[in-house]
Amino acid sequence: MAASAITTLAADAPTLSAANTGFMLICSALVMLMTPGLAFFYGGMVRVKSSLNMLMMSFISLGIVTILWVLFGFSLAFGADVGSVIGWSSEYVGLSGLGLTQLWDGYTIPVYVFAVFQLMFAIITPALISGALADRVKFTAWALFITLWVTVVYFPVAHWVWGSGGWLFEMGVIDFAGGTAVHINAGAAALGVILVIGKRVGFKKDPMRPHSLPLVMLGAGLLWFGWFGFNAGSWLGNDDGIGAVMFLNTQVATAAAMLAWLGYEKIRHGSFTTLGAASGAVAGLVAITPSGGSCSPLGAIAIGAIAGLVCAMAVGLKYKFGYDDSLDVIGVHLVGGVLGSLLVGFFATGGVQSDAAGLFYGGGLEQLGKQAVGVFSVLAYSLLASALLAFLLDKTIGMRVSEDDEVSGIDQVEHAETAYDFSGAGGGVSSRSTATTATAVLDSKKVDA
Amino acid sequence: MKLITAIVKPHKLDEIKDALQAFGVQGLTVSEASGYGRQRGHTEVYRGAEYTVDLVPKMRIEVLVEDDAADDVMDVLVSAAQTGKIGDGKVWSVPVDSVIRVRTGERGADAL
Repeated sequence: MAASAITTLAADAPTLSAANTGFMLICSALVMLMTPGLAFFYGGMVRVKSSLNMLMMSFISLGIVTILWVLFGFSLAFGADVGSVIGWSSEYVGLSGLGLTQLWDGYTIPVYVFAVFQLMFAIITPALISGALADRVKFTAWALFITLWVTVVYFPVAHWVWGSGGWLFEMGVIDFAGGTAVHINAGAAALGVILVIGKRVGFKKDPMRPHSLPLVMLGAGLLWFGWFGFNAGSWLGNDDGIGAVMFLNTQVATAAAMLAWLGYEKIRHGSFTTLGAASGAVAGLVAITPSGGSCSPLGAIAIGAIAGLVCAMAVGLKYKFGYDDSLDVIGVHLVGGVLGSLLVGFFATGGVQSDAAGLFYGGGLEQLGKQAVGVFSVLAYSLLASALLAFLLDKTIGMRVSEDDEVSGIDQVEHAETAYDFSGAGGGVSSRSTATTATAVLDSKKVDA
Repeated sequence: MKLITAIVKPHKLDEIKDALQAFGVQGLTVSEASGYGRQRGHTEVYRGAEYTVDLVPKMRIEVLVEDDAADDVMDVLVSAAQTGKIGDGKVWSVPVDSVIRVRTGERGADAL
């Protein structure tokens, strides 16, 4: 998402590239797959009684954010700059009136393709927050929170970081594919919300182990796969091979992070766990996202290994400080995003995505300083704005389900469904009880009439 | 008549079945069970958080036998179930007042 044109010669005016357009449509589809992937990643980590709610909290983002994006989101994020903090272009409202072959400024892909690619980022970011809120938030409150949050937080922050004229972008902060705008943003928001809504009933007392590690692995696998679109697509084409470097760095850093997390676990807790492998992989993906366009493959190994190790240690912080980040959105996404963004200041080789070089490549402290400004400004804004939104919702419609409902399971209360049918005896018991329910419903209708 | 109940390690089921069959026991009932004895359960680790799992999976085997065969059947059960490691389980017997075969209505020893 960098500003400089992808054209190989300065004199070339960009023309539509069929190859880049096709590549970007595929990348967009890959990024879309990350949201259901995330749903499984999170869904497997919660208890049976709230697994559907966890899936739905991610899935609903596909609905809400898509519509908002077309109506005004794309215009707010990527419209003409207004005061370095927000965008607005009326021709982007409703995404109508754009020519099929009208190019995204300075690139070889249509505006529509850019809008579709960016939409997928806007969808997954609020979905990431949901992992911290597992088991206890009213679905309506969550849907409203997403609506407000993307409008007040995500669209502006995307403009700051990636929009032409956005203040962090103009300052030279490097966020290749969303370490700042996506992961730090979502992680800080998660912290803001859970400070308002509080802990799950039974936090630190009841066992809350994952109900399905195979689902977690499926989700992590889909995330890893989709992340190639997320990262390799973020150069908006591959004329100069940078998309390919990014693809390679994504793979390398993820592998290193998984191994580092597993190694830490084996030494610290005695086993190589499945959840550790999945978590390490995601931590690596998060950390390489901002940095992968500016480092070498060896740098990517270092970044991944650092992220795997530090995030593995960071997930324990919630027990130490007593905040209930149910599925470690802070430990993995916030910490991983901060690490990846700051490590750009060390590992940027210069001459790849941008000419800026990090400390290890003779660049001095300048880039590190810029990265720090990007990290902490987004962190602070997202934390405060998200806490405020959660507070307003909590005081009006209420953010949490009742304690009774939380204990008996949020799936049944909020969605009138349960994930699995555990009734025994070959399902006979189940079908009889279903029939009884159906009769009861019919009877009550008769009474109403 | 006696009802012999054995709580054993799940992987021992096949061996026990074979041993009982070889001894001449005609039928048995098996169900999944969970519980703990003196050794308690085990520990699982999820992202560094340790959970103690108290209830360990077990198999519950029930056999109806005539009084004079009860001790021998219990010995067969114990020797087939034994691994010598902690958590091997328990076997006990209780007296049974009456037994009826549902299909034929036979009672007592004929019903076994």
